[in-house]
Amino acid sequence: MKAWLVALSAIVTRENLRFVRQRGRFLAALVRPLVWLIVFAAGFRAALGVSIIPPYQTYITYEVYILPGLCGMIQLFNGMQSSLALVYDQEMGSMRLLLTSPLPRWWLLFSKLLAGVIVSILQVAVFLAIAALTGITVPPVGYVAVLPALVISGLMLGAFGLLISSTVRQLENFAGVMNFVIFPMFFLSSALYPLWKMAESSPLLRDICALNPFTYAVELIRFALYGELNLTALAWVGACFVLFMLAALWGYNPARAMLRSKG
Amino acid sequence: MIGLEISHVSYSYGKSRALDDVSFSVRTGRFCALLGPNGAGKSTLFALLTRLLATGAGTIGVAGFDIAREPRAALARIGVVFQQPTLDLDMSVRRNLRYFAGLHGLSGRQAAVAIEAALTQLGMAERADEQVRALNGGHRRRMEIARALIHKPQILLLDEPTVGLDAASRQAITDHVHLLAESGLAVLWATHLVDEIRPEDQVVVLHRGRVLSDGSAAELAGGQGLAKAFLSMTAEGREVPA
Repeated sequence: MKAWLVALSAIVTRENLRFVRQRGRFLAALVRPLVWLIVFAAGFRAALGVSIIPPYQTYITYEVYILPGLCGMIQLFNGMQSSLALVYDQEMGSMRLLLTSPLPRWWLLFSKLLAGVIVSILQVAVFLAIAALTGITVPPVGYVAVLPALVISGLMLGAFGLLISSTVRQLENFAGVMNFVIFPMFFLSSALYPLWKMAESSPLLRDICALNPFTYAVELIRFALYGELNLTALAWVGACFVLFMLAALWGYNPARAMLRSKG
Repeated sequence: MIGLEISHVSYSYGKSRALDDVSFSVRTGRFCALLGPNGAGKSTLFALLTRLLATGAGTIGVAGFDIAREPRAALARIGVVFQQPTLDLDMSVRRNLRYFAGLHGLSGRQAAVAIEAALTQLGMAERADEQVRALNGGHRRRMEIARALIHKPQILLLDEPTVGLDAASRQAITDHVHLLAESGLAVLWATHLVDEIRPEDQVVVLHRGRVLSDGSAAELAGGQGLAKAFLSMTAEGREVPA
């Protein structure tokens, strides 16, 4: 068991060191949600009023509402990016090296996912700190309570990324993933608008949102930010993680990149 | 003692057959050159030996362990140097090696001792704290060989390790690996360059997925020289024996 933990620690340390060195990636990860928070939310504040719904105790501004969704967005992008890199050429060399480890392949892939989650949590932490500086805050307990929620939602999104990039041949680059995965997942969720608001314009879209695992990741983060546990969201996110991870392990084939390099 | 035993191994990518009934073995303390032109199936064989691909037909034994049945025991005994570099350029040599040691379950003092020993063995100890980006191609390769030795493998696999290196670096690396074989490792060295092979080395000629010849370089060369013998064996239009 010690060897397993040593390997996990080695993988997590490497991913974090790489991330800290990649300033461009760090900035991009921060600028995206900040633009949404500062520009988009400011524009929509007047258009969208959010009534009192749990976990909020009072009327809230739109910025406060979308804060958890933007935390989820950071994890969604990060999960997709690291999973794509894991499957395709960029990381092929280091993946080959990783897979020469005598530890089980599922553990190595899980360690990679967890390392990506920790990177995403660092991004979320900096994002929440900047949001707090601009006056968008949550109760102090929320900053601690959100950590386990971010771990499980990050794992679920990473496993989903691994699953789709392992099994859907057409999604070979990030643009494809943006158009066909990230945007639909993000917009068809409770990240930008509460589901009851969506139901007013289209009950069908509301039902689709209610089936989207990302909705539950966002709700898990939202409630955790207010020190509350949303059990339904936890159950959905946990079940989706197990399902996606099992399917991704089944579909993951490191030989694919080799085949591609052979043309 | 047999280090590596490959027995009736075949592998196909869809309809394209990459390896066809490949069998040979490498004893401990031997340097075996896997000689073949581009597209011969060397990289596929390496992918099977490192379990990147799952063996279809046939068996692969690593220090007595069947790689399909006991992959963890087999992988723990293999050191690999891949054709493409697999280093983090922005990290130090030591940090790269520590990562690899971690993948093999080595940490703390145990890892530090193993890293120091491997670097010393390859004459790289004084470069341990340099960034990999600052090293030349030859030193990077040496570092990858040192990395492959950290967990004290019994078999060392190198897939065209001298690609892109200048003549002096190629010579130095070839000499180092021959020394490693003399120290008791079973070495499998994939190449298409005959000048990396010594007369006493074992040579397995792989062509279009099949083993054409398995013997010493001197035997294979006959009186005509290894390069000529190899070219005549693998010349276009020549039939591969069934």
